[in-house]
Amino acid sequence: MIAAQKAQPEKLAEVAREIRRCVVRMIGEAGSGHPGGSLSIVELVTAMFFGGMRHDPTNPQWMDRDRFILSKGHGCPTLYAVLAEAGYISKESLMTLRKLGSPLQGHPDKRFLPILEASTGSLGQGLSIGIGMALAARLDGRPSLTYVLLGDGEIQEGQIWEAAAFAGHHKLDTLIAIVDYNKIQLDGFLKDILNMEPMAAKWKAFGWETREIDGHDFDQIFQAIKPVSGRPLAVIAHTIKGKGVSFMENNPEFHGVAPTRDELEKALAELA
Amino acid sequence: MTYDLRMGMATRDAYGKMLVEIGREDPNVVALDADLSKSTKTALFGKEFPGRFFNAGICEANMVSMAAGLASCGKIPFISSFSVFLMNKGFDQLRMCVAYPGNNVKVIVSHGGISIGEDGPSQQSIEDIALACSLPGFIVNVPADEVATRALVRAAHAHRGPVFMRVGRPKTPIVYDEGEPFEFGKGKTLITGDDLAIVTCGGLVAEAIRAADALERIHSLYATVIDMHTIKPLDIELLVSAAKRTRAVIVAEEALPDGGLCSAVARCLAEHCPTPIAFVALPDAYAESGTPAQLLEKYGLNSKGIEAAALRLAKRKASACREQPVA
Ligand SMILES: Cc1ncc(C[n+]2csc(CCOP(=O)(O)OP(=O)(O)O)c2C)c(N)n1
Ligand SMILES: [Mg+2]
Repeated sequence: MIAAQKAQPEKLAEVAREIRRCVVRMIGEAGSGHPGGSLSIVELVTAMFFGGMRHDPTNPQWMDRDRFILSKGHGCPTLYAVLAEAGYISKESLMTLRKLGSPLQGHPDKRFLPILEASTGSLGQGLSIGIGMALAARLDGRPSLTYVLLGDGEIQEGQIWEAAAFAGHHKLDTLIAIVDYNKIQLDGFLKDILNMEPMAAKWKAFGWETREIDGHDFDQIFQAIKPVSGRPLAVIAHTIKGKGVSFMENNPEFHGVAPTRDELEKALAELA
Repeated sequence: MTYDLRMGMATRDAYGKMLVEIGREDPNVVALDADLSKSTKTALFGKEFPGRFFNAGICEANMVSMAAGLASCGKIPFISSFSVFLMNKGFDQLRMCVAYPGNNVKVIVSHGGISIGEDGPSQQSIEDIALACSLPGFIVNVPADEVATRALVRAAHAHRGPVFMRVGRPKTPIVYDEGEPFEFGKGKTLITGDDLAIVTCGGLVAEAIRAADALERIHSLYATVIDMHTIKPLDIELLVSAAKRTRAVIVAEEALPDGGLCSAVARCLAEHCPTPIAFVALPDAYAESGTPAQLLEKYGLNSKGIEAAALRLAKRKASACREQPVA
């Protein structure tokens, strides 16, 4: 089985730009959605499907594939755009986001898009699902790695830390959690609502290896997501919410509000 | 009586504003939210009373139990989130810390039902009313418009004990005149007719009024419309008298048909006044993304859906009458 070829970082930067254009257009077209947390994960998700993971778009159900769970399901426009770029779904379908009958539901929905690894949208559950998948691979002797992308606000959920303790205890070294550390949740900045610092120390205390990176730097991402032996890995990816669109960057207002027509045009001009 | 049903504010907006008013009157009122205060509108309270507002972060279970602790020390906590997250993630805490000890916690949840639209099933709360009704001692209510919301939020504050209230995301037509008095457990008869009774709550009340209007104009069927804003405790007297008069009851509810208003009405009538009933509610499935109007149309949760159910029920009623042995 052939994993998708790892593209050159310069090529990937162009892919990321295209993903960003898609994402703002999709959300603009839909009239609702979550631009901020979609734009912060563009490099992370692109890296997973373009070199980071072993997977095969011509054989999505390949049992030995690595698995990717978007636990912060509201970032799905980026996942959909990357899946289209990787050849899993058609590019034309992207503009049906959130419309009645579309496979591209407002949050990832396996009923409509079976190639997704999990239906998500209620925060806090993806890491536990990932543990289940990693355990199954271990039981079956499969080489699959399991990657779970978490929001920094999402990890306030208690279940995340139940999962973290379990994975640490069971030395699940095929499990990789990636925290999209964009410092913003829905109501505002984490530091004002519920601070999760010291972030890396928390994961370490639960028995995890940790790596802190710039989540918009492809080289750093590829380096960081390589698993270590004997314990699960948490990649703390420092990112910018709304990355790539000046008026969305670091702006909590664009957590869950679609751009207006004018804003969309401005965004596309910046991403041209 | 005619209703012009002009568009009002979303019931969540009415909640947020009323909570501020109550906060001004009673320093014991505190509010908690789980990172959705901009959507549930408790942010208004937080802005005016930063010292009495606690954003729990994305931690619904913790929020519920913290509210119980506050309540047990004499505070009156109003706790809010999307209905789906508070009720599902906080359910054991509602059971152990609120319902079981009878703590004075007000659970006011927004974004109930499928009319939240595009976000899809993960955010659509369809089990919440059943869950709330299953908790002993809870008052469960779903206001129809902004006027009812204001009055019922006030009633929640005045009541000692747990209250659940579901408010909605979309703007909602105004049914009531300002100042209309409300009491938990006392439904409202909005239209009186003898052919059938439509019993409903929340955003479907306006749809029931529209359906009653169409049934009268097009089919000469005269419907009673009851806003059963309090599902628990149910207004048995009102329901039974309407059933006795009409001999045909429709229950319409933006939720699953088991465990909420549909079940409560069926149980009540089975016991006190067996009557043919038709249910307008969600099928046993999760819905999908779409505009609120598209989803309500697809799942029959609008005036058209109620009308269709009424016509089916009228036929059943007629044949039931024919089959009745002649005395
Ligand atoms: C259990 C649960 N509670 C609340 C929400 C509503 N919600 C959606 S996104 C969000 C904020 C998430 O913040 P974060 O994880 O930091 O996401 P990002 O910044 O990447 O958008 C909230 C509270 C939810 N989806 N699930
Ligand atoms: Mg965040």
